[in-house]
Amino acid sequence: MNIHEYQAKEILSKYGVSIPKGGIAYSPENAKDRASELGGEMWVVKAQIHSGARGKAGGIIVCKSLQEVSDAANNLLGKKLVTNQTGPEGKTVQRIYIEEGTDIKKEFYLGLVFDRSTESIMVVASSAGGMSVEEIAQEKPETLIKTKIEAAVGMQAFQAREIAFSLGLDAKAISRCAQAILGAYKAFSTSDATMVEINPLVLTGDDHILALDCKMSFDDNALYRNEALAELRDKTQEDPKETYAADRGLNYIALDGDIGNIINGAGLAMASMDMIQLAGGKPANFLDVGGGATPEKFVKAFKLISGDPNVKVILINIFAGINRCDWVAQGIVDALSSIQITQPLVIRLAGTNVDEGIKILKDSKIDYIEAFTLEDAANKAVKALESL
Amino acid sequence: MAILIDKNSKIIVQGFTGKIGTFHAEEMMEYGTNVVGGVTPGKGGQTHLDKPVFNTVKEAVEETGADSSILFVPPAFAADSAMEAADAGIKTLVAITDGIPAHDMIKVKRYMRRYKNEDRMTMVGPNCAGVISPGKCMLGIMPGHIYNEGNVGVIGRSGTLGYEAAQQMKDLDIGISTSVGIGGDPINGSAFRDHLEKFEKDDETKVILMIGEIGGPQEAEAAEYAKENISKPVVAYIAGLTAPKGKRMGHAGAIVSAGGESAAEKVEILKNAGITIAKNPSVIGETVASVLSKV
Repeated sequence: MNIHEYQAKEILSKYGVSIPKGGIAYSPENAKDRASELGGEMWVVKAQIHSGARGKAGGIIVCKSLQEVSDAANNLLGKKLVTNQTGPEGKTVQRIYIEEGTDIKKEFYLGLVFDRSTESIMVVASSAGGMSVEEIAQEKPETLIKTKIEAAVGMQAFQAREIAFSLGLDAKAISRCAQAILGAYKAFSTSDATMVEINPLVLTGDDHILALDCKMSFDDNALYRNEALAELRDKTQEDPKETYAADRGLNYIALDGDIGNIINGAGLAMASMDMIQLAGGKPANFLDVGGGATPEKFVKAFKLISGDPNVKVILINIFAGINRCDWVAQGIVDALSSIQITQPLVIRLAGTNVDEGIKILKDSKIDYIEAFTLEDAANKAVKALESL
Repeated sequence: MAILIDKNSKIIVQGFTGKIGTFHAEEMMEYGTNVVGGVTPGKGGQTHLDKPVFNTVKEAVEETGADSSILFVPPAFAADSAMEAADAGIKTLVAITDGIPAHDMIKVKRYMRRYKNEDRMTMVGPNCAGVISPGKCMLGIMPGHIYNEGNVGVIGRSGTLGYEAAQQMKDLDIGISTSVGIGGDPINGSAFRDHLEKFEKDDETKVILMIGEIGGPQEAEAAEYAKENISKPVVAYIAGLTAPKGKRMGHAGAIVSAGGESAAEKVEILKNAGITIAKNPSVIGETVASVLSKV
């Protein structure tokens, strides 16, 4: 799960990382009020969407008067921002964050991630702040400082100091920077984060260290023990079909093809999508219905897939392990008695009790194309699409 | 021979008396697996499925001599149970549980390292279908009847895709020495590499099949390891050629986030290590058959 910049900064500040003063706004009037509360002569109006690279997309506007703040807010609110991370459909701005201007002397990068190779938490820092970490890795790899943290004992003060010294800071700012790094680590480790990225972390004109921008992602599997975080979920930033599916216990990803899939198991689903592509088609989605393929699950899956205007053909591929093909077939038949689908339907069943399953499908009145192997299923789905 | 488990393995079930634990314990026993008891804290002293229930894993190991365990404990308590198994002297642990927080898994991995190599537990999973040595022992939730006994060692992330491969091999009369499901999570108990090492030492295994997917460095690490250390032929299939970047494809671990993690890149790395690639998921069986025929 991702959260907004202003929410991530609130969390950072709880763990002792300094952030610029700011306030959230939902309207131009709101924005003006926040700016006058903050005072000063310069403000930054920042679109709050779940994406980085907002600046390049015009989502961050520096303002020198309250009127400019109001205009910037007017310009951003309700707008779809397309960044290199949102995909072509972009994300709608529904809240903006008004922040006091910061006197920046130097920008740094600070990121905390899981490192799957070493199975530990990795702190990545660089003196080349403001660029994305991918750009830093390509253009200035010599500036990258990587520090592996022992999860059992956590980050030690000397490690934070080492990073701060390596960033080339003056003695005055070292302890402030070390405190910010330790704070970011605490935020990461106590909230089951999978990623905390402060970019840039800045040194101000008066030698303070501030987190100027922050992104955080959290482990969905751990939200049960982080209730306050779970409440920060912003469904307007998610694909509506993916939200619908997630709320119904389905594992769904929207794609841009026209063959809809209903499959059990993530690996088999990916393999089936690969087969569709090899057969000359394009999958419209990834959908894993999981192990227990009950009629209720199939109704939900059919509703989701058949209601998608992009879907022209539906492919069901179920390998029944502990659940049985006859149960699965009955589930499909029952689901189709309560929901109408207009697309051609290709069904491939395999595994436990496959003969009984096929018999149930054949004896029912449902109209479908029978497939026998993974390859056969993909070919028949593509053929059905071509003959439309 | 087989790896990890065979007909002499003594199995306990953690989360024995729950609905899921009960169902799968019955399936495993029906397959012929030697289930010697189970653990449910607070229900020690009872009998379940005609087997003794213990309060702790330590007690279960002392009383029954169990060397292997299968975990059906809910996600919030699974890491604790895995560490309990490691501490009690369990040698092979299969964790079926899906949804264990990644921070917890890092702790489990660290905890396991406090034991010397030779005393250290091998953890398979979490979020996996388990391990089966066909005809000998099933420590998992797979449909046992689709696995023939034979000479192919299988290591895979996905449950149902592993079934698909087993079925394709069965249709071609190819059998399996042991099939290991390492699971779809970003941090797992053991990786491809760990089981490649075990299959290399196993006399019964002639060919090794790896079924990988997008995300994470494990397939590339395995390729590097195989190049230097594995003399047996290795076949691989990588799922997710069509998966978009940055999206989590069902498995928490199946997300392309760095260089070398996409299916196409992994295929290239494996090929360069001399591994035979099954071009698509419908020819996994055929590819294994052709490699096996040359051994």
